[in-house]
Amino acid sequence: MSSSFTDRLLGRVKLTGWVSLAAPLLAILFAALVTAIVLTLTGNPVIDTFITLVDYGSQPRSLVLIINNATTYYLSAIAVAVGFRMNLFNIGVDGQYRLAGLVAAAVGGAVTLPAPFHPILIILVAMLVGAAWAGIAGVLKATRGVSEVISTIMLNTIATGIGAYLLLEHWGVQLSANDIGTKPIEPSGQVSGLALIPGTQTKVFGLIFLAVAVGIGFHVLLNKTRFGFDLRATGRSEQAAVASGVNVKRMVVYAMLISGATAGLIGMPQLLGESHTYNLNFQAGLGFTGIAIALLGRNNPIGIAFGALLWGFLDVSSNILDLHKISPEIVTIMQGVIVLSVVIAYELAHRYSVVAEQKRVSRQLAGAASTTHKEGAAA
Amino acid sequence: MLRNRFGKVVAGAATGAMLLAAAACGGGDTTEGAPSAAPTDAASSAPAAAGAKVGLAYDIGGRGDQSFNDSAAAGLDKAKAELGVEVNELEAGNGEAESAKEERLRLLADGGFNPVIAVGFAYSASVAKVAAEFPDTKFAIVDDDAAKGANISNLVFAEEQGSFLVGAAAALKSTKGDVGFVGGVEVPLIKKFQAGFEAGAKAVKPDIKIQSKYLTQPPDFSGFGDPAKGKTAAEGMFDAGADVVYQAAGGSGAGVFEAAKAAGGLAIGVDSDQAKTADPTVADVIITSMLKKVDVAVFDFIKSFTSDSVAAGPKVYDLAAGGVDYSTTGGKIDDIKTQLDDFKAKIASGEITVPKE
Repeated sequence: MSSSFTDRLLGRVKLTGWVSLAAPLLAILFAALVTAIVLTLTGNPVIDTFITLVDYGSQPRSLVLIINNATTYYLSAIAVAVGFRMNLFNIGVDGQYRLAGLVAAAVGGAVTLPAPFHPILIILVAMLVGAAWAGIAGVLKATRGVSEVISTIMLNTIATGIGAYLLLEHWGVQLSANDIGTKPIEPSGQVSGLALIPGTQTKVFGLIFLAVAVGIGFHVLLNKTRFGFDLRATGRSEQAAVASGVNVKRMVVYAMLISGATAGLIGMPQLLGESHTYNLNFQAGLGFTGIAIALLGRNNPIGIAFGALLWGFLDVSSNILDLHKISPEIVTIMQGVIVLSVVIAYELAHRYSVVAEQKRVSRQLAGAASTTHKEGAAA
Repeated sequence: MLRNRFGKVVAGAATGAMLLAAAACGGGDTTEGAPSAAPTDAASSAPAAAGAKVGLAYDIGGRGDQSFNDSAAAGLDKAKAELGVEVNELEAGNGEAESAKEERLRLLADGGFNPVIAVGFAYSASVAKVAAEFPDTKFAIVDDDAAKGANISNLVFAEEQGSFLVGAAAALKSTKGDVGFVGGVEVPLIKKFQAGFEAGAKAVKPDIKIQSKYLTQPPDFSGFGDPAKGKTAAEGMFDAGADVVYQAAGGSGAGVFEAAKAAGGLAIGVDSDQAKTADPTVADVIITSMLKKVDVAVFDFIKSFTSDSVAAGPKVYDLAAGGVDYSTTGGKIDDIKTQLDDFKAKIASGEITVPKE
């Protein structure tokens, strides 16, 4: 029953029993404590800050913003988690979704189709581009053994260069004196928002259902299919997977393709739901947020959903802190501390449960030995 | 599997419970985290305006970038001192969602701040949307002419005209006939700086060598706030033979000045009078700065609000209107001032038309 730190970190080894509840509790408490200390050291009122956060975070409009942010983060984290489950560190999610968003926006702006097909085409294009871009790293690893960490970092930079070239030289139209973007997508290609939360005009992204579907798909793929079993097996032990007949190289490429296709979806809720153009305001850096949230959620689709909501809550709160003259960087500190505490808390919980298990076994053995001893004495 | 999932549910619930507990503890004995009342100058000379609460949202970098945002901050500070208005400033985060920009403006408008000023073209769509929701609040946006509405004032600048003047100054001061331009991010706005700079340099010396480099490309906007990148780019230019480098790179400009200092070269600042605002140890390399008077625009707007004479629509701050200019702090370009003022007169009169790209 030995497991490596990476196995435990990436959620491939599950905690059982009451420690599985204690670990996240411990993490949250520790993060709150550190935040309180930081707030005190920086001369901010601790209690007031927490009140402000809860007050603001529970307003209807804030809830919508939290959900919308979380939708985007969720897709990003799932894209990262697909790779993690197979021991692939896809740092390139960032470049994959940016390039996918740009190409999809350009295609979506260039064509007009009947309503259901238009957004579907845009989403498919995004998935294809994301998959293709990630696939490069997959093929490089499978055929040449190039570390995906290195290749995806480089592909991120290349994606920025290609994206800027395509936007500035070819596909961009002047949206205003200082803004440039792809031709706006016609209403037939837009996905309107949903008034899910009463008490506010702000709407939840229509593509929240896409995120939910991706989460379910991730769970089913990993746990209910042979492919998922092979993927998890390869992640745990490559030699064992090879021995049981898994074509590891093909799995590497497939995993990267799926991770990339999921990454392609990251920009879609915002693109189809609100901005309708890939302009200079297109949000960058979501791929890295996804890594943190995947770790926070321990690569579990439900865990990631909570991680994404927590992250969204903190991000949305930064404005209200700023308004109340509390440095919004507090939010960044909280996010970092939470990820660290979760990692540490789970590791501690794992070690504790291993020790507890050993004690239990040794007690049993001792008990068995003494019984034997007594029996022997009696004889 | 199931147990682990249950763990997550509990974790989520625990977060909420903990935060609520914290809220309950503090409810009784503390005041709400209300915006701390800004220390208003009670002895203000403009009693009519004393009630105005000005909300201002910065672009990435915020107050302290020694450049674009600081220029807006200077205008705000002046309004606070001279008009006695109350102010609150919010700052944009790097890589934030579009909704965060919108929410920032909405929080200000909702909190009773009027007028609300957005600094930077990134706020364009957000201003248009939020201004429609708050018809009684006056909005201003710097660097954008796309957001339109009866309560939106667009404060735009002719950056290419000011850049032309410092381009001419660079060419006149260059002994090697080789000058450089460092742009923060390759966006249309910064290309205007480049176009003006190149036109100005060539107007003085048609065969001058001009090196140009952008630090990052969209959607990577780190080029406006990364001095290390600015330093590397400028070092490359000085190594390749340039002796004067103009930077339009916001916070990254500090690195350009360092590189100029180390290479024994000269530099030209941007937006603010950077011979005054930059780090004193490198300020002596700055021969002049292209002044983009966001401070004047911001102050004028607030003043027009206090005198109830806000005009909606675009207001162009060009050379003729004194919206852009070059600085003479340090006296390093006193010898070429007559030539620069000659160009200035020709641009203002329309005799020279400066290209925008």
